Amino acid sequence: MVKSTERVEGRPEARHADRDRPAIVVDGLTVVRGGRTVIDDMDLRVETGTLTGILGPSGGGKTTLMRAIVGVQQVAAGRIDVLGEPAGSPDLRRRVAYVTQAPSVYPDLTVRQNLRYFADVLGAPRADVERAIEEVDLADHADDLVGRLSGGQESRVSLATALLNSPELLVLDEPTVGLDPVLRRDLWDLFHRLADGGSTLLVSSHVMDEAERCERLLLVREGRIIADDAPARLLERTGTDDVEHAFLSIVEEDER
Amino acid sequence: MNPRITLATAGRVLGQLRHDHRTAGLMLGVPLVLLTLLWWMFEAQPAVFNSIAPALLGIFPFTVMFLVTSVATLRERTSGTLERLLSMPMAKPDLLLGYALAFGLFAVVQAGLATVLLVYVLDLQLAGPVWALVLVAVVDALLGVALGLFVSAFAATEFQAVQFMPAFVLPQFLLCGLFLPRDQLPPVLEAVSNVLPLSYAVDAMQHLTQVSELGGQFARDIAVVAGFVVVALALGAATLRRRTP
Repeated sequence: MVKSTERVEGRPEARHADRDRPAIVVDGLTVVRGGRTVIDDMDLRVETGTLTGILGPSGGGKTTLMRAIVGVQQVAAGRIDVLGEPAGSPDLRRRVAYVTQAPSVYPDLTVRQNLRYFADVLGAPRADVERAIEEVDLADHADDLVGRLSGGQESRVSLATALLNSPELLVLDEPTVGLDPVLRRDLWDLFHRLADGGSTLLVSSHVMDEAERCERLLLVREGRIIADDAPARLLERTGTDDVEHAFLSIVEEDER
Repeated sequence: MNPRITLATAGRVLGQLRHDHRTAGLMLGVPLVLLTLLWWMFEAQPAVFNSIAPALLGIFPFTVMFLVTSVATLRERTSGTLERLLSMPMAKPDLLLGYALAFGLFAVVQAGLATVLLVYVLDLQLAGPVWALVLVAVVDALLGVALGLFVSAFAATEFQAVQFMPAFVLPQFLLCGLFLPRDQLPPVLEAVSNVLPLSYAVDAMQHLTQVSELGGQFARDIAVVAGFVVVALALGAATLRRRTP
């Protein structure tokens, strides 16, 4: 894992020109899946160069919201603008990276072969492949078949794919599941460096303590955003001293 | 469409096969074993072997590629790699042509080996040129790839995908003229066989054993099979969705 900051300087500064324009604007989003309303008239605005965490119970709509922002989700109503264009526009396919919860990589290829292929599809420079492998701390396994890696290593291969081509927006669905605390901390350091470099990150998580490392937290429950604030302000408002209790307190409040 | 992405996809599919020696070995070896078995069965009747073997040379690559492609594409759908690729600057034809190119190349090797075995070892008597035999086998393999890509959209599991083989391939196999010449089938079945692509593939193969001149008939049969390939690929492209419910 890269711990120093010099690699950030080595990282090509992507086309992060429009820092004043919000990266994501969601307006009245409604998503219906199998006759059930999964996202209900949601509004959201995410500023460029920020790191936003999404928390919430499973089945609450986190993944659906992320899929809608990436533009792979059919939506019933509402409008989503991403980097100044409607979500899912062809132009955004190079500028937005999406990592699903289940690792979407080829088990019968090596780590490096996987990344080279996705780099070719993106038209990313070949140097990105080695940089991405180092950023997720898999240099020792670059020539191993992905199918022989552990679950945590496999999900890091999937995450590395999102680091190719220096995307302007990274949408990461549970990127730290199954990782040990040291790796989790290192990845959050990486996320912060990416945000400092001008990228916008939207990260969902189950682990409450790591969510405290976001600048802003969204609590999503039953298709609505029930809280939206900086972690410290959430603790202050609920009178609790960790995010987990803040979360429980807000859910209880919401149920009343 | 982007040739760089198409070639990268073909290279990736071949790379996956290279790491799976057993599948690659079975794809190349099983047709050779079966053709040899057929030759042995008809040891006393070389004329029968001569009329059946080319048809089977057309059917093997079709069946093998159908199975491999439908399972491979289903894996792309269920593992999430398809969704990831479609969220990248990948045009649908890039993906389909990448698969067709990789498996088409594989089919050239497969058909080449089978042809060498048939013509130079098992002494198959061909009236037409040897290259035409390889050509028909490769077009048949591409037909298998195209139908496999299309059909995989209707399978939710690998078990279902494998069951499409008997459902889609065996009826064509029965009606293609191998068991009974197509003009001797009951009229309804003859009409059905007229709209099944494998019938034309087998017609073209049988043509090669009987006639030395490759006339319009042969060209028409090849064109019909190629037409089915294009239609199946287009239908396959229509089943790839960037946005899903």
